[in-house]
Amino acid sequence: MSRRPVDLTRWLVVAPPTLFLLAFFLAPALIVVAASLREPGEFGGLAPLDNLRQLTAESYRFLLGDPIYAEIFARSFVVAALTTLICVVLAYPLAWLIARSPKRRRDFLVLLVVLPFASNFLVRIYAWIMLLGPANLLYTPFAVIAGLVYVHLPFMVLPLYTNLEKHDPALLEAAQDLGASRWTRFWRITFPLSLPGIGSGSALVFIPVLGMFAVPELLGGTGDILIGNLIKEQFLDNRDWPLGSALSILLTAAVLGLAGVAALAGRRGAGGTGAVS
Amino acid sequence: MITSAMPLLQIRNVTRRFGAFTAVDAVSLDIEAGEFFTLLGPSGCGKTTLLRMIAGFDAPDAGELLLDGRPLAGIPPEARPLHTVFQSYALFPHMSVAGNVAFPLEMAGCAKDEIRRRVAETLALVHLEDKGAQFPHELSGGQKQRVALARGLVNRPRLLLLDEPLGALDAKLRQEMQGELIRLQRDVGVTFVFVTHSQQEALALSHRVAVMKAGRVEQCDVPDRLYTQPANRFVADFIGKINLIEVEVVAASKIQLHLRAEGLGAIAATDPRPLRPGDRGAFALRPELLRVHAHGEAAGLKNHFSGTVRELLYLGDVTHYKIALDCGLVLEALMPNAAPGRAKFHEIGDPVAVSWRHDAGVFLHEPPAR
Ligand SMILES: Nc1ncnc2c1ncn2[C@@H]1O[C@H](COP(=O)(O)OP(=O)(O)OP(=O)(O)O)[C@@H](O)[C@H]1O
Ligand SMILES: [Mg+2]
Repeated sequence: MSRRPVDLTRWLVVAPPTLFLLAFFLAPALIVVAASLREPGEFGGLAPLDNLRQLTAESYRFLLGDPIYAEIFARSFVVAALTTLICVVLAYPLAWLIARSPKRRRDFLVLLVVLPFASNFLVRIYAWIMLLGPANLLYTPFAVIAGLVYVHLPFMVLPLYTNLEKHDPALLEAAQDLGASRWTRFWRITFPLSLPGIGSGSALVFIPVLGMFAVPELLGGTGDILIGNLIKEQFLDNRDWPLGSALSILLTAAVLGLAGVAALAGRRGAGGTGAVS
Repeated sequence: MITSAMPLLQIRNVTRRFGAFTAVDAVSLDIEAGEFFTLLGPSGCGKTTLLRMIAGFDAPDAGELLLDGRPLAGIPPEARPLHTVFQSYALFPHMSVAGNVAFPLEMAGCAKDEIRRRVAETLALVHLEDKGAQFPHELSGGQKQRVALARGLVNRPRLLLLDEPLGALDAKLRQEMQGELIRLQRDVGVTFVFVTHSQQEALALSHRVAVMKAGRVEQCDVPDRLYTQPANRFVADFIGKINLIEVEVVAASKIQLHLRAEGLGAIAATDPRPLRPGDRGAFALRPELLRVHAHGEAAGLKNHFSGTVRELLYLGDVTHYKIALDCGLVLEALMPNAAPGRAKFHEIGDPVAVSWRHDAGVFLHEPPAR
């Protein structure tokens, strides 16, 4: 009897975000899938579609046929993984120090971490050009990685800090009381409990790096292009929308596949962990 | 209790200050091997601070701690042969029950087989033999408590420090765990230093109790002496219910003591201490040592005063009376309801008499502050 109003309320709450996702996420994705199956137009865009038999997997065939694309994919994933790894190594001590500092100072330190966002992204990249140029490091893979790490570091620091800040100091005292040295306390208590933080930080770094085109384009050489550059090129320079769409779809599929594997591995490895998110 | 020549833990004049505030003030205690020793006191009296100094998380500003006669100063917590059971349990959430209990053994570098055997043994000791594979968040409060105990006991430390380990449990579970603790301590033979602010818990569990107040030890004794021979007004009042009557010494012979209370008159008591006429203090009398009679009934006791029943609380086995004496003083009395020959209960407003034996109460001598 009283179910009706509850159901109605639930629908009223759930409907707007659902509609939003349908309209602005799923629909564009489907449009991209559709675009990837069509012919390029004569002057860019898409060729007119008269009947469904004109749909073609030509773009995919082309991408899978030329090993250069597989190579760029592989290199992009390596670069993204390397960037993520360096971000973890740099962000961990920083996040740990912030989480350990007195409560009143923490907010200020977090503000410092996100402060670079206050200035324009391109301006900051140009600053790197001025820094790396005189050192003869510009247009090298090093410059690309440095730029990517610099841009994405806050996305690793913030989730890690949020995680580390929640750790119960009593756990470390208990471990010490039971005979664990400083190092052991870190590896047996702090580190495993921070894995969820590392996980979310890694997702926030790894995935955007794959789509990033500005950093490789401005700081990297011709050999340093990533999938992001390739996609951007298809749309803006080659005007081959179907090929660009097919590249996006393959990238999305690869990322989703990877996320699935990571989730499975996480579930198997973590067992009953659930205390610290 | 085995009493060897040297106490297991010696606390000598230990003081800890936080700024101008003295949390632990010149505390000296000897704790014997095999003892169940309790620190009892109200919130904020410095129990946890003292325990943290023993564990090594904090250091005394003055005084020293000796374990087996050797100073503990400079030895970090991980190197001290003692463990702590925290009030919040502090179980490792990412390790199973067995993993938690195995942790101290792994730290001590035990072999895998031995770890497995001793974890199983210890889990059986706390009745959790079938919970080894579960994680802390899957356990009830009482079970977590047992895991924390198992983890603290598994590698048989010289000393186990327990900081209000039963504080987070409900009353029924608390009582159950009290029995468990006594059994565990007896079976395992590890020395316990137990912190609580529940006097009932302290009396029920301990071999000896140190009563603390504002950083100082007020009295350290076995439970029944603490109850029957409180050293001062604070201890008398903190442990159990008690009547406190302001008195002055009239005459003191070898053991006989004649006291005088304002309005009430003469009280006969005993005290072996050399007291002098004019000495002041409180006369402390447990409610269960008072007798309540019908008015006019002969008691044959020296301390005999008439009054009326002001309040009564019938508790089944006993009745708790508040008797207003003729002089205005109100005394509490506890009478068993099953006493043979008792015709009827006294009702509110009944004229009654109270009496007590000359050796029933204690005179708490309070020398004037200089
Ligand atoms: N790190 C500290 N800095 C300043 N004051 C402290 C610190 N630790 C304890 N104190 C003070 O010392 C006093 C004793 O604290 P402690 O924790 O030892 O009390 P306790 O007897 O364990 O009380 P409870 O029963 O509430 O746990 C308290 O007044 C407390 O405020
Ligand atoms: Mg405390």
